[in-house]
Amino acid sequence: MIKNSKIGKPKEVIHLHDVDRFYHMGENLVKAVNKMNICVKEGDFVAIMGQSGSGKSTSMNLVGSLDLPTHGKIYLDEKDTSKFTESDLAQLRGKKIGFIFQQFNLIPNLTALENVMLPMLFQNVDEYERKQRAKEILILVKLEKRINHYPNQLSGGEQQRVAIARALANDPEIILADEPTGNLDSRTGEIVMKFLNKLNEEGKTIVMVTHDKNLALEHAREIYWLKDGRVEKITRKFGKEWRKVSDCHVHSGN
Amino acid sequence: MFIPETKIKIIKMLKDYFILSTKNLKRRGIRSWLTLLGIFIGITAVIALISLGDGLKLAVNSQFGVSSTQLITVQAGGLSGYGPPGSFVVNPLTKEDAEAIGKLSTIELAIPRRIETLNLEFNNKLQVTAVGSIPLENTQKIYELQEISAQYGRLLNKDDTGKVVLGNNLADPKKNGFDKEIMPGASVTIGGEKFRVVGIMEKKGSFILDSAILMLESDLKDLMNNGDKASMIIVKVKNKDLMAKAQTEIEDLMRERRDVKKGEEDFEVSTPEAMLATVNQILTGVQMFIVLIATIAIIIGTIGIINTMMTSVMERRKEIGIMKAIGARNSDIFLQFFIEAGMLGLVGGIIGVIAGITIGYAGTLGINYFIGSETSPTINFMLIFITLTGSFIIGAIAGITPAMKAARQNPVEVLRS
Repeated sequence: MIKNSKIGKPKEVIHLHDVDRFYHMGENLVKAVNKMNICVKEGDFVAIMGQSGSGKSTSMNLVGSLDLPTHGKIYLDEKDTSKFTESDLAQLRGKKIGFIFQQFNLIPNLTALENVMLPMLFQNVDEYERKQRAKEILILVKLEKRINHYPNQLSGGEQQRVAIARALANDPEIILADEPTGNLDSRTGEIVMKFLNKLNEEGKTIVMVTHDKNLALEHAREIYWLKDGRVEKITRKFGKEWRKVSDCHVHSGN
Repeated sequence: MFIPETKIKIIKMLKDYFILSTKNLKRRGIRSWLTLLGIFIGITAVIALISLGDGLKLAVNSQFGVSSTQLITVQAGGLSGYGPPGSFVVNPLTKEDAEAIGKLSTIELAIPRRIETLNLEFNNKLQVTAVGSIPLENTQKIYELQEISAQYGRLLNKDDTGKVVLGNNLADPKKNGFDKEIMPGASVTIGGEKFRVVGIMEKKGSFILDSAILMLESDLKDLMNNGDKASMIIVKVKNKDLMAKAQTEIEDLMRERRDVKKGEEDFEVSTPEAMLATVNQILTGVQMFIVLIATIAIIIGTIGIINTMMTSVMERRKEIGIMKAIGARNSDIFLQFFIEAGMLGLVGGIIGVIAGITIGYAGTLGINYFIGSETSPTINFMLIFITLTGSFIIGAIAGITPAMKAARQNPVEVLRS
């Protein structure tokens, strides 16, 4: 799982390079994301912080390669996503990124087990293996007694744990969590965050999008502070102290 | 090696999508199922029609009870009016007509027959029955021509005055309405006169013959007391290649004898084939009509599936977005909706086949009950297979546009809500 092969200079698993994302809203051009640079290194815990309207959701879509930039390049696992067809990108995304959503976003027609099996179906994993692995992961998130329950029979916390299990199904390098505790009470929210921390300790790269400053400060190692579609500043935790850092291009001397 | 492996993969994948689609279908609301009504009605109509239509044809055909292709029937006044043939005719046929026909070169035999409606009394109960005459000459010939034989007792001979033979249903206490079995040796009252039963006819599967009484021509003439008229003339042609010629000859002769012009005939010369053709023509017409209704129903059903699938795509945009986010390709989404639409059609088809067979069965039993035939309903498994495949294909075709729409959904949608 841990691929810290190049010590000192870990691999950049996600890299947004001068990315713009503009929308047309009638006559107006909305610059949802403007000249954004984000670098996520393997094994890191990065938070993208911003209030609503800051371009947080758009940058989340771009980081997750769900959306394509108007200008600029996005590299996923050092591959230029603009070179992929939509379907190939979906495959790559399914393999490299596990999504956790604020709304849990489980498929209501499927049981917990089937929800966790689904991402593996899209990677053509055969049924027996899908089932075995899904069971293992559900045990990991302590839902072994709930595997045959449908989402509407589960509590919010349980649903989010199923969602985490689903995100882990294809053993992705990156977990992309969009307000993972947004719909949970503080106690269940903590349990979910514990899981994310544990995964990070085991080597998974975590990208968390949130509006909750305290959540970001408590769990992340690097925070991108967004405002009006731009990265206002980047801070990084050194020991217990947060220091402002420059973006990766300046950092690497580009 | 490589190609089979890919094929196995595709089959396995399709199986997964079938399972996924079934799961989605299970959780659908009544609204979606209602849109299946069109497919359901269409398939029901087709299956019921075919299983019933064959039965109906068989039943109707068996009513004529004549398999001889050398037989021609002459009747006065056409087939208008109710009651036995020839009963409401102004200018009835006569024995002399039969004699004249019998002398034609193409004709082997012409036998005048009377059929009258008379009261039959037995066990203090009364039933109206058809009574057919047995001629004093060519007595055995008429049995041969109409393939009549006795199941119990014997048939009538020319000196059996005061005796009768009954149709099979009249002997059966469950069917004859007298609540009592009538067997050879029993005494019955027909038209006020006492007759002795000497035989029961073999079952013919024909409502007409199985409920009829046979008595000698002379007895029937005495009972009716209105002269020597004939209800019909049964004509046997020398050989079956002469049928058309014989028919023309008889028509010419009868026009002359009755003094009518061509095109104004007050009589009818019909061959069994012609009769069957007429009946079958009517049945085919009915079938065509039902097929038309079925087609319209299926078209409506197809539109229904398109509609419900479109709604489903709109409702499940979020779900589609989630699936794309977790790695579903456009083809994965397309397949899922495509198969789901096909399954929707298939469900309509299955319900339709079940309903159709039920109606076919009930209908055939109904026909058997009312006209006393013994047709068994036909179940055509090939037809069922084709119908089910067809309904899946109809559904799947209806699903193409919605499935394409689903596949094109932008995954970003999911994160906006």
